[in-house]
Amino acid sequence: MLEILKQPWPWYVSGPLIGISVPLLLVFGNKMLGISSSLRHTCAAVAPFNIQFLKYNWKAEMWNMFFVLGILIGGFVGGVLLRNDVPIDLSAQTITDIKNLGVNSFEGLLPADIFSWESLFTVKGFIIMVLGSFLIGFGARYAGGCTSGHAIMGISSLQWPSLVTVIFFFIGGLLMTHVIAPLIYQFL
Amino acid sequence: MKNIKYLLVGVLFGTVLTKTEAVSWFRIQEMFRFQSFHMYGIIGSAIAVGMISILLLRKFNIKALNGEAIVIPDKQFNKGSIIGGTIFGMGWALAGACPGPLYSLLGAGYSIIIVPILGALLGTWTYSYLRPKLPH
Repeated sequence: MLEILKQPWPWYVSGPLIGISVPLLLVFGNKMLGISSSLRHTCAAVAPFNIQFLKYNWKAEMWNMFFVLGILIGGFVGGVLLRNDVPIDLSAQTITDIKNLGVNSFEGLLPADIFSWESLFTVKGFIIMVLGSFLIGFGARYAGGCTSGHAIMGISSLQWPSLVTVIFFFIGGLLMTHVIAPLIYQFL
Repeated sequence: MKNIKYLLVGVLFGTVLTKTEAVSWFRIQEMFRFQSFHMYGIIGSAIAVGMISILLLRKFNIKALNGEAIVIPDKQFNKGSIIGGTIFGMGWALAGACPGPLYSLLGAGYSIIIVPILGALLGTWTYSYLRPKLPH
């Protein structure tokens, strides 16, 4: 059994399990699936600085902090306890494309040649890790949610603003992948 | 502890994200190049199950555990859906992760991910600070 669980989980197992979190959170306490809100709650708790958008009762949203703490623990369960060392079964074309970017480490979940402490002190590593994540935090709050809140919760509850937002997630993602990122990898 | 049940849903969510490799930078590169069905299968089937679940909750008028009726507030459309959505998508593709995977990757032992988590917090704080000046 453990050996089966350690294998990579196919999409038709993982997708429905992710989807089940929607009714679980609703039934457990009328909670909307959403992850990026936790970033706002953290800012509100740690550095509100009289900013209007950060002045609210974040303590009433503690459930969300427990939820993301659980996601972190889940990373430990999935990535350490159920770890397997089989390389990710990427398409051959993806491997070629990634190598063309100058990335050659294919072990684990992240390429070590970008995501490492040494790389943080290179221009390229800094831009990918710091600018990339800055855009994630800034954009998610500006858009009112991230992949979980809009793509899964929003579209599941048939909300057209979420569908539009997800379409723009993809427009931004395609623009980055096919136009901007190649320049970053080539020139930095 | 009334919040433990949310922690447990999070553990399920994080375990699944990690074991299905949705937290992997490589899978996000593959997704934005349309070179595999994997990520689309995950997101699509998650939405399908979420949608059917909500329809069933409504059809059978199921209440939350505390007896409240289940209410899903409307998402608001504004310029942020377009501008913020595009900015988020750029970050998703560049860093190769969205907020959930950032937490999972830290739990999986990638200590460097503390940097992108701080970056995402800085982005969130900066948006909060600039919010009155941004188009909505």
